[in-house]
Amino acid sequence: MNAPVLNLEAESTLVTTRLTVPGMKCAGCIGKIERELAKTPGIVAARANLSAKRVAISHDPALDEGALTAALLALGFESQPVADNPLGSDDAERKRLTRALGVAGFGMMNIMLLSVSVWSGADGATRGLFHWLSAAIAIPVVAYAGRPFFASAWMALKHRRTNMDVPISIGVILATCMSLYETITGGAHAFFDSAVMLLFFLLAGRALDAAMRDRTRAGIGALLGRMGKSASVIAPDGITRRVAAKDLLPGMLVLVAAGEALAADGEVVEGRSALDNAMLTGESAPEPVVPGSVVNAGAINMGAPLKVRLTHVAEDTALAEIARAMDEAGQSRSSYVRIADRASRLYAPVVHALALAAFVGWMIAGAGWHTSLTIAIAVLIITCPCAMGLAVPAAQVVASGALMRRGLLVKDGSALERLAECDLAVLDKTGTLTLGTPRADIAKLVAQERSIALALAQTSRHPLSRGLAAALLREGVTPAAVEDISETGGLGLSGRWQGLTVALEKPEGASEAGGLLATTLRIGETRQVIAFADPLRPDAAAAIAALAAEGLPARILSGDRAAPVAACAAALGLPAQAGADPRAKLAALEALKAAGHRPLMVGDGLNDGPALAAAHASIAPGTASDASQQAADAVFIGEALMPVALAVRVAKACMRIVRQNFGFSIAYNALAVPLALTGQVTPLVAAIAMSVSSLVVIANSLRLAGAAR
Amino acid sequence: MTGLVFLIPIALGMGLLGLAAFLWSMRAGQYDDMEGAAHRILIDEDRPGEDAP
Repeated sequence: MNAPVLNLEAESTLVTTRLTVPGMKCAGCIGKIERELAKTPGIVAARANLSAKRVAISHDPALDEGALTAALLALGFESQPVADNPLGSDDAERKRLTRALGVAGFGMMNIMLLSVSVWSGADGATRGLFHWLSAAIAIPVVAYAGRPFFASAWMALKHRRTNMDVPISIGVILATCMSLYETITGGAHAFFDSAVMLLFFLLAGRALDAAMRDRTRAGIGALLGRMGKSASVIAPDGITRRVAAKDLLPGMLVLVAAGEALAADGEVVEGRSALDNAMLTGESAPEPVVPGSVVNAGAINMGAPLKVRLTHVAEDTALAEIARAMDEAGQSRSSYVRIADRASRLYAPVVHALALAAFVGWMIAGAGWHTSLTIAIAVLIITCPCAMGLAVPAAQVVASGALMRRGLLVKDGSALERLAECDLAVLDKTGTLTLGTPRADIAKLVAQERSIALALAQTSRHPLSRGLAAALLREGVTPAAVEDISETGGLGLSGRWQGLTVALEKPEGASEAGGLLATTLRIGETRQVIAFADPLRPDAAAAIAALAAEGLPARILSGDRAAPVAACAAALGLPAQAGADPRAKLAALEALKAAGHRPLMVGDGLNDGPALAAAHASIAPGTASDASQQAADAVFIGEALMPVALAVRVAKACMRIVRQNFGFSIAYNALAVPLALTGQVTPLVAAIAMSVSSLVVIANSLRLAGAAR
Repeated sequence: MTGLVFLIPIALGMGLLGLAAFLWSMRAGQYDDMEGAAHRILIDEDRPGEDAP
């Protein structure tokens, strides 16, 4: 009897930490993480979630996040702690919608069961009983499942606006009240089935919409958070400790290790190195720094460790200024009106006027208020935008699913609508047209040199070493048995292989490499220079041609120096603007918009952030900075640029389907409304009309599934 | 008509049972990781030496 109690006590002292693991891809990864992590002392259990690319680890409180990331790294997975959960509210909304959908589905099926008997001729006491049973099911179901619509309609009415939910709410509430009255007075027609069916189909549309948003946000969330958000502060007594970026103060002395990103602006006090400023300026060649140089947050230290005295922190950094510019630029996008709301602005007044006219008309014709009201409600039910509520989300969910399979995550439906409207593409160079990471040119190395280079390079986290190791591993090289490998910051790696000294070193004299990145592989006394380049994405030219075919001529807008931009522009045959800082990029976008264009911005760096936020639609690669991925409407993964052109093509196909769906809904209403106006619509007719129109819209949307091929 | 006395409660009861099962499975996290569930079937559970046939 004691054992379970003891277990409970033991469990209550455990803590659960969530980490994102972007590299998790298959069953093997899940199995490895869950099996091997549990063997680490202090870790009790690990549970992987492949959809969200997250691992929940329940462990001893003595283990900190650093130990957990180290344990995962030992298994070969990079991970990041999930700081806070800004997406939690979306998740809750989707769950609420799914629950409401389940309840509405239950209600619809049971009421239909009873309704079918009424339609097939039950009358008298049986009909009365069935109507009462339907009422007993429908009223709680409508009250519960209708809440998302009622709340949204109430919000809109309070602000003296109207949206899709206003006619829906009025239709559902009136139909329920009217049916209740019919039931109490023993009437022949109760519309409970129509009211609940309407809610079911509309909730299906909403739930699809929410599921699409959640799915892509989980994907993007897994990519986020790769940049350093803390710094190693050196206390006056020489002890270093990690401090979060927001808690840094001017005057602090921080140690920036090789490969680490700066968390604040400052001045170099000690050390010589080169900084990769691509995130801020878009320039791919590293900038040499010496004591006294001013350095900015976001730059990555490529060489030796630096000691930096901070000058500007948190809200005062050049980075934060860009973030503010992004916020301002993003304001214009929030005023974009979705197509469904535009349609309902035209639609709702017409429907309500028609229902009112039916009521007044039949009253004048002397039909009595009961018949007139029944007909008016029938008009409201039959015109209720059931197919319209599904027209947009169904098409967008299928389109975004098709794009996701091709490596493009679209954030929401509004993004697809805006993507389809773009008429001009503006592309950044570094990291967008090019791959943005140094690629080693290993063609000149022989097999033995390759395996030695890999043995050395794979031990280091320096960007060049990682680029070299990645290039060699792609070629299927296996590392040689190199012993005593040691890394000297700023100089390189050295080790011993078969009695010879082997090393990866900084080239002697920067001129040798022509200003480009390079490293020297030394085996004994023979030296071999390995050059690094930032090549164009393999299908850049094809993707740009595809964009042009979609009616989006492209141009380059880069922060890099004029010469490399001109070379890239010439290679692709595009007009280019070089040396643009974030403000200039933003200004260029604003000028295009003022000239009546709807630009599509594709960029990755923080320097593109304001431009991404200001553009009519924007796409960022998965390697982009966090802020850029958040500002962009869509994120593409992988080395190909083609998903960008594909996104535009699928967005346009999606809008064609949406318009067809709307066209169908309107045609259906044009047929059904005269029936309703003349009082011919019984609950049976309403139910058939509603389900048929919804199914046609869904079937039409499914045609998009193959659109991304 | 007396059959209705039994049939309607049975129909409603089965519907409610289905709804309860759905709500329970959602609360229990059955739909949290659809992709992972599809892959988990491929994990080879038996390791060498544990349960030989």
